[in-house]
Amino acid sequence: MLRISLHPEELFTVAGFPVTNSIVVSAAILVFFAGIGMIIRRRFALIPGMAQNIAESGIEALLDLMDQVLGDRRKSEKYFPLVATIFLFVLISNWFGLLPGFGSIIFHHGEGSEPLLRSPSTDLNFTLALAIISVLSINIIGVGTIGVVKHVKKFLNFSSPIDFFVGILELISEFVRIVSFSFRLFGNIFAGEVLLVVVQFLLPYILPVPFLLMETFVGLIQAFIFSMLTLVFISVATEEHEEHKGH
Amino acid sequence: MDAETAKLIGTAFAIGVGVIGPALAVGRIGASAADAIGRNPEATSKIRTNMILAIAFAEAMAIFALLVALIIKFV
Repeated sequence: MLRISLHPEELFTVAGFPVTNSIVVSAAILVFFAGIGMIIRRRFALIPGMAQNIAESGIEALLDLMDQVLGDRRKSEKYFPLVATIFLFVLISNWFGLLPGFGSIIFHHGEGSEPLLRSPSTDLNFTLALAIISVLSINIIGVGTIGVVKHVKKFLNFSSPIDFFVGILELISEFVRIVSFSFRLFGNIFAGEVLLVVVQFLLPYILPVPFLLMETFVGLIQAFIFSMLTLVFISVATEEHEEHKGH
Repeated sequence: MDAETAKLIGTAFAIGVGVIGPALAVGRIGASAADAIGRNPEATSKIRTNMILAIAFAEAMAIFALLVALIIKFV
């Protein structure tokens, strides 16, 4: 029978805190990134080697992409850490779920047995946390760039009834952003994993291959969308609100 | 009709109706991208990136429907 569960499975508890299989994998991803960062940092040289070359060209490509949205290299460099971290973290979380062993390695504990590994992106807690981080930092960056008064004025504007209503809509859409951010990522990756499981039952060994390829692509696209949307919202939040005159 | 049957019908209905809109949207996006590339072949790479982005947004709606279907089925 197919084994599909919407929520991550609890493996064990540490002082009352339930440790789920997606937490295990996200910790592994953190270690993975820290390791790569430390290796590249140690081998840092003026004449770049293989790894440094790849990292540098990746950074350059992403900065060029950000320039297209923000239109200013200084701004791009300022927001690069947030956007690039979101992109890499989401990308690796999406791709880790496609590795063999995810869902098939079973962890046996007292009451029963659960899969030991689960892609963090198929856990709504993970995507919700990322979405909250993203929306909060968008607003904090907005406040930091154009000032508290101007930023709040986007949401609470008493100059005319229409502006007031538009402001309320903006406020609602800020919360809708969290929902759509988290459900888009969760839904796409979770649906992909369910699809892979179902396809494995239809025609094992052969049919999953093209679907695996498609899921690799979907993982890349979703990571790209998550970071690009964050970037676009940052660029909207840092723009001064134009006054509409001459109606 | 017992609860189990109603659940199955609900699942099929949710995903079946839910994909109609995204299907139309993806079709329109692809058609207009093909149109644009035909008019201006030099802009192919830019159009393709934007097309894939727009398709991913439209597809997200289908994914929401699928999520609802899965929740009805398994929760």
